[in-house]
Parts: sequence; C-alpha cells; structure tokens
Amino acid sequence: MPLVESGPEPESATSAAVDPVTAQAYWKKTSSLMWTVLAIWFVAGFGVHLFAQTLNPIHIFGFPLGFYMAAQGSLIIFVVALFWFAKRQNEIDEEFGVQEDA
Amino acid sequence: MADTTGAKDPFIDNLNKIYIGYTGGFAFFVVLLGILEQMGVPDRIIGYLFVFLTIGVYAYIGIISRTQVASEYYVAGRRVPAIYNGMATGSDWMSAASFIGMAGSLYALGYGGLAFILGWTGGYMLVAILLAPYLRKFGQYTVPDFLGARFGGNWARAIGVVVLITASFVYVVAQIVGVGIITQRFLEVSFLTAVFLGLAGILVCSMLGGMRAVTWTQVAQYIILIIAYLIPAILMSVKISGVPIPQLMYGLALERIEVLEQGFRAAGMVPPPGVTGWHTSPFIGANGQFSMNAAVNFFALIFCLMVGTAALPHVLMRYFTTPSVREARASVAWSLFFIFLLYFTAPAYAAFGKLEIYQTVIGQPIANLPEWIKNWQIISPYGTPWVNIVDVNRDGIVQWGDFRIHPDVVVLATPEIAGLPYVIAGLVAAGGLAAALSTADGLLLALANALSHDVYYKMINRDAPTARRLIISRVLLLIVAVLAAWTAGSMGADILFLVAWAFSIAAAGLFAALVMGVWYKKTTNAAACWGMAVGYLVTFFYLIWSEFYGLHFMETFATKEAILRAATATAALPMASAELKAYAAGLVANAAAIQDGSLAWFGSLWAGSGLPTDHVVLRGRVVGRLWGLNNISGGVFGVPLSFLTIYLVSKFTTAPSQAMQNFVEDIRIPRGGVRLADRREAVD
Repeated sequence: MPLVESGPEPESATSAAVDPVTAQAYWKKTSSLMWTVLAIWFVAGFGVHLFAQTLNPIHIFGFPLGFYMAAQGSLIIFVVALFWFAKRQNEIDEEFGVQEDA
Repeated sequence: MADTTGAKDPFIDNLNKIYIGYTGGFAFFVVLLGILEQMGVPDRIIGYLFVFLTIGVYAYIGIISRTQVASEYYVAGRRVPAIYNGMATGSDWMSAASFIGMAGSLYALGYGGLAFILGWTGGYMLVAILLAPYLRKFGQYTVPDFLGARFGGNWARAIGVVVLITASFVYVVAQIVGVGIITQRFLEVSFLTAVFLGLAGILVCSMLGGMRAVTWTQVAQYIILIIAYLIPAILMSVKISGVPIPQLMYGLALERIEVLEQGFRAAGMVPPPGVTGWHTSPFIGANGQFSMNAAVNFFALIFCLMVGTAALPHVLMRYFTTPSVREARASVAWSLFFIFLLYFTAPAYAAFGKLEIYQTVIGQPIANLPEWIKNWQIISPYGTPWVNIVDVNRDGIVQWGDFRIHPDVVVLATPEIAGLPYVIAGLVAAGGLAAALSTADGLLLALANALSHDVYYKMINRDAPTARRLIISRVLLLIVAVLAAWTAGSMGADILFLVAWAFSIAAAGLFAALVMGVWYKKTTNAAACWGMAVGYLVTFFYLIWSEFYGLHFMETFATKEAILRAATATAALPMASAELKAYAAGLVANAAAIQDGSLAWFGSLWAGSGLPTDHVVLRGRVVGRLWGLNNISGGVFGVPLSFLTIYLVSKFTTAPSQAMQNFVEDIRIPRGGVRLADRREAVD
C-alpha cells in the first residue's frame, strides 16, 4: 500500500516538551492508573453480574441485589470511578510537572 | 492551532446565568401551558405550542451561534467548559431510543434489558481512560484526522471515513424516524410531512454554526429532555408509593411484580409474546430455567455496546471541543453523570408501568378498561396498534398474555397511565423530540465533516480556502440530511433495528486502531489499515449474511438437524419471497438428503456448553446465530480480530519512524505542542 511514512518536521515544536526520562516515568504511572480503572470497569461491568443469580435472593428496599447491581450499583461505581480517575490523573500530571500551562 | 482562546466572549462568560435563566423560563412555560389547559385550551394547541416553541428556541440558538471561523465550525473554538460539554455529550448520546425505547425494552425484557443500561454507560469508562484525553491533546478536528496523522495519510483516513459513514448513517436515519413518530402523533400530520418538519428543525440548528451551534443547542436540549424524563417518573412514584424518589421506590414495585407474576403462573396464564414472565430473574429462557445462551448474549451485548460507545465518532468528537486535556477528562466524567441521571431512572419507569398494568388491567373485563388504553389503540407505524388487546381464549377478560403493548409506548403513555394532565404528555413529547434532534444534529455534523474536511479538504483539494470549505461542508450537510430523511420516509420504522448494528460496526472498525494508535507505539500504518478493514468487513458481512441470508448462513455453519429446523421455519414465514419458501420447502421435503454445513465443525465448537449454532425468527426473517449469539452482538467477533490483526501485522512490518514515535510521545503528555510526523496532516 502506498502509505505515507514521514514528511518534513514542522518548524515549531521540534523538541519535546518534557525530557525522555520524565516522560517514561510519567507514562508508566499513567498506564498503571489505566489498568486499575480498567479492572474496576471489568469487575463492575461484567464480574459482579456473573453472580447475579446468587445475589438475587438478597433483597434491599425490595430490590433483588443482583438486579440492583445491574440497574444502579454498577452505574454508580462507573460515575464515581471516573471522577476519581480524573482527579488521580491530574495529581500524576502535577507530580511529574507535565500539566498544561495555565 | 489557530484557536480563538483568550478572546472575550460575553456568551461563554455568562453561561451559568444564561442556562439557569433558560431553565427557569422553560419551567414557567410548562406551568403556563398547564394553566392554559385548565382554562380549556384544546390538547392539540398545547401539543403545537410545545413542539414549535422548543424547536424555535433551538433554531434561535443555532442562528445566533452562526460562524465563519473554521475552528468554531469544527470544534466550537475549543472553549466549551467540562460540565457544559458533559451536558452536550449527554444529549448528543441519548437518542430517541434511550428516551422513548429503553424503558419499554426493560418492561419487555426485565433483567435482560439491563444489558442496554450497563453497555451504554460503561463505555464512557473506556472513552475516559483510553481515548478522550489523547484525542484532545492531538488537537485537530475529526476522528479520521487522528487516523490520518497517526497512520500515515489517506488509506487509514479513507477506511476510517467508510466505517464512520456506515455506522452514523443508519443511526441518523433512526433518529429521523423517531422525530417523525413523535411529530406525527402530536401535530397529527402524515409521517412524511412529520419527517421533513423534523429535518427542518435539525438543519436550522447545525447548518449555520456547525459544532458551535450544535454544542449550545445540545445543552439546551439536555435540560429539556432530563426534565421531561424525570417529572413523569416522579409523579408516577408518588402515585404508587407516595414518595417522590422513583429510583429508590421502585424496589417495592419490583417485589410486588414478582408476587403478581407468581400468581399469574399459578393461575395457568402465560406472558404475552416477547415479554419475560420473570421480571427480575437473570439469564433465563422462556421456561424460567437458567439458559447459557441468555447469559452469553447478555454479556456479549454489554461488551459490544460499551466498545461501540467508545468508537462512535459523534461522541468522540465532542471531546475535541474542551479547552484542555484536563477538562477533557473531567468532561467525560460529567457526561457519564448526566447520562446516568436518565439511565438509572429508566428501570423505575419500566417497573411502575408494569405494576400499574398488572394491577389495573390484567384480570379486568375488556368492556371496562381504563380510558388511556383506548387512546393508544391506534395503529403504530409498525403496522399493529400501539396497545393491542388480543383475547386469546375469547372469555372477555384480559389475561396476562392478552395485553400487548409496544415498548415505545411505555414512556409516551406514562402520563396517561398515571392520570396526569395533558401538559405532561406534551412535555414528554418535547423531551423525546429534544433527544432525537440533538443526536441527529451530532451525527449529521460528524457525517458532513467527514465528507467535507476529511474527504474533500484532506484527500481531494488541500489548497481549498476556509470559506469554500465551510460552504462545501454546509452543502454536504444538507445533502446528507435530505438523503437520511428520504431513507427514513421510505423505510419507516423497519430500519430501527439497524441502530444496534451501528455499535458493532463502529466497535469493530475503529476501536482497536484508535486505542492501539495511542497505547502501542509500535503500531504500524499497514497494521492499522488491515486491522480496521478486517474488523469492519468481518462484522459487516456477518451481520448481512446472518440477517438477510439466514438459511444460507445455517447451511454453512449448522448441523443437519439445525438446518432442517431453519428450513421448516423459512417455509412457514408469512413475508418471505416465494422463491425462498419453495427452496426451503424443497429442503424439508428431501430432509434425508440434508448434509451438515461445510463449516459445521466450527459452528459446533461450543455445542457441548449449550451454545450450538441455531436460528431465531425475528423481524419476519429466519436469522442465523453463530454459537447462539444474536447478531446485535456481532462485534464480539470483529473487535478481537481487529486487535489481533493490528498486533500481528505490526510484528511483521517495519516499525514506525522516529518522527511518528515522537508524535505518539507528544500526545501522551498534556504539556506542550504536538510534533506531527507529517506536517501536511495539520489543520490551520
């Protein structure tokens, strides 16, 4: 396939904004946060629902627990996890000094 | 970037004041209409006022947001604050299907329908952690822009555009059908007139101001749709439980539904076709026993909807509009929060509606049913009445299985079920209209931008001046919109099932290439192109083959017993062509000669676990199911294949250039500019 490999460098921004060592350490920490949140996603999105039949006989406010987790519980986990992720990632940005200029 | 950030804009500075005033104004307007209704103004006038005044407001926002600046037109100037972008994404995301259809699906499917709730929310986790911040840092105009810059130009860009158009076009047609259904009922005009009226409403929002107009209209639409969804649910909750918190109180309704269902079964009754008789029980077949097939389909559907969410370009492009990477991340969290407000209310609608029907309709003589049922016994665009009482055993009593309600009516009829004034019905219609219009706006813009920016500007004429690009963009928007309305008008409601396909197609075509492009530096150009093409083609052909050529599909993948069953079902289809029926009848007549399909060994891989390849009769067709998977979840095959292809081809092709690796480094880090590997990929 005639794919364009590379072209001339743009005049501006030819040097990286952050030195490579910091960039690597930053990315390592960012990746581990990604895997953590991905694990939460997997457990809340799929894992708990594998046990829906086991949880259903437990009733809370009339809700069978298995049903409740799919209808509300996992959703609440998703929302809270995302706000936590945004906050945590900002802290990582600041720790390595790679946050955007104000 | 030639962004206009920093420029003072009185509108952006006063967002809170403007939208709080707007919300107050809307509340005042609803109360005013309520008073007018009490004074004897006819329902029809109330309906007109709702439809025309809300569309008028959207048009007004669209017109004052008109622009001639490319970055305003494509990415709203990149200064939409996180929380407002969250609201805009919410209404961009929640379509007629979410607003009108979801509670109905939950009514019919019970626990099984919760796959939609989980799938359409959990996908935002993937957007936030894998894509949104990096696409924002990349800082151009469209999703194919990213593919073009990361994967070396036109091949990747073109494949991205093809996937985008396939997925978005069926989706936008469905929205226009939704607009048509609502407008038709509340304005009492023909379906085709309703479709073109709705189209006009969509175009005034997006034509003049592009993304800028669409953004601020979508925020206004979100406010209307969430008010319109919550108020009837709250009133319903008060009516049934006395407490105005539907999300908490429907547990009691669920408990009573379980008891009532048990009573119905004990009395020897069966549920109506398509409705589960065990509302809260997970993974069960029609007999109430555990079904491996139901469990696998539940999880496969969640997976496809989640990954599809994270790959649909009209959603991803919303995160190009925030002022910074930091705001992009916060914005995904806000988006999910605003979507969550509606989605965690939907199961309450379903439970209250079901309980009300079980308590006040089932077991009653047909002669004295509540008034609202008579209002909805009108013919729907699907060809049967919205509410259909079929007295199976002719005893004059409504049995469990006699009461057939179309899922779309559950939300639309709630105000009447709960005995609320007509103004609430008008409010629900305005909300449904807002949901359908906002999604259609976002989709049309994604389509028109792909054609004008990616195809015309980036692939055909790189020297086109901004003014000409913006004119071409608007002309294409008009053409796509008319084409979509024409398709909607001629195919009607038959096309709605295609929406679910859009998720599988987008997931299999785009997700792997986008994620690997950011997270796997060694992804090569050829690998990404092959990965997208394989995912897209496998999914697309699987969907078409299993849906429209179900018998042939079965003859390839199924055992001879399953082929015979599929042939028998095909011969009995009322709507199939005479040719197909004759062919199927021929197979049945010669049953002893049927052989296992040539790939039956593949189709039977999981037969031992209760997942043989089989068929279902759906939408008037015999639809094949590889390993028993519904084709709505067709993406479960394409997504892993796409990832695998990208990984393997990357191993066997030359690693990306240093310039490309620098580019990937740059988009991973919030600070600083982006060094493009190919300068020609930059936008102004």
